[in-house]
Amino acid sequence: MGALNHKFNENILITSLDKLLNWSRSGSEWYFQFGLACCAIEMMSAAAARHDLERFGAMPRSSPRQADVMIVAGTVTLKMATRVKRLYEQMAEPKYVISMGSCANSGGPYWQHGYHVLKGVDQIVPVDVYIPGCPPRPEALIEGLLHLQKKMREEPVLAKKEA
Amino acid sequence: MIEFVEEETQNPTVVIDASAMASVCTYLKEAEVLQFDSLMNLAGHDPDGESDLSIIYHLHSTVLDHYITLKTFTPRENGVVESVANIYRTADWHERETYDLFGVKFNGHPDLKRILLEEDWEGHPMKKDYTPAEFYRGMRIEKVK
Repeated sequence: MGALNHKFNENILITSLDKLLNWSRSGSEWYFQFGLACCAIEMMSAAAARHDLERFGAMPRSSPRQADVMIVAGTVTLKMATRVKRLYEQMAEPKYVISMGSCANSGGPYWQHGYHVLKGVDQIVPVDVYIPGCPPRPEALIEGLLHLQKKMREEPVLAKKEA
Repeated sequence: MIEFVEEETQNPTVVIDASAMASVCTYLKEAEVLQFDSLMNLAGHDPDGESDLSIIYHLHSTVLDHYITLKTFTPRENGVVESVANIYRTADWHERETYDLFGVKFNGHPDLKRILLEEDWEGHPMKKDYTPAEFYRGMRIEKVK
């Protein structure tokens, strides 16, 4: 417990293991960046100096193996959808998905004539948080990540999940 | 074989037989007074979903700085146009795109296959009579309302 060294000398902290684990993993939402369209620009902006996602422990990863959260930011074409699904399957459990922007939520402006667009990424992967907007501002993405943190904290990791 | 068209366009437009496309482009590129060395754009066009498809070529001479527009018509199904990919390298991907989205075949193209859509895609979606399939690899294309 490097961060707590010399702060609680001769003391004992009592908590449940679930809470401890959830506290630690909710503070390190490493996200797998799936920047597919203009939402990716907002995601980059959120990660860069002005909005600084690393305040919340969220850090971009380029490999699904190292990531906890997949942020699907942009238009999911049918061609890309097969790749999204495969890369989601390569992520280690526990894993989460944030659907960012109208396109990933529902097809967005491609709803009616988008012959090549998947109408919502939730058709192929389970989505935990939907962020509305076209594209959503970085603040909205941050709120989405905070919602996910809340969800992580309330979820038992060790107890068996109810089917 | 060749017809000069007066249209309200910026450039002079010439309608050419699909089978003569390559030889006309070779001439336009090599003739001393023309020197059209750059193919700026190559695009397909479906005017109304019934009549013939047209393929439009925009040429520019970077040496003499003049422009010309070439146009050719093909049938809606199994149309064949002479490829200019060996004359203008730009045409390689543009012809693949036109093949992908309009289904026009380019005779003599080095590697004519789909460029944007997947290999197993059915149909050519930029044709106006195209109707999307219900499913693609198990994914629903049209959302149920």
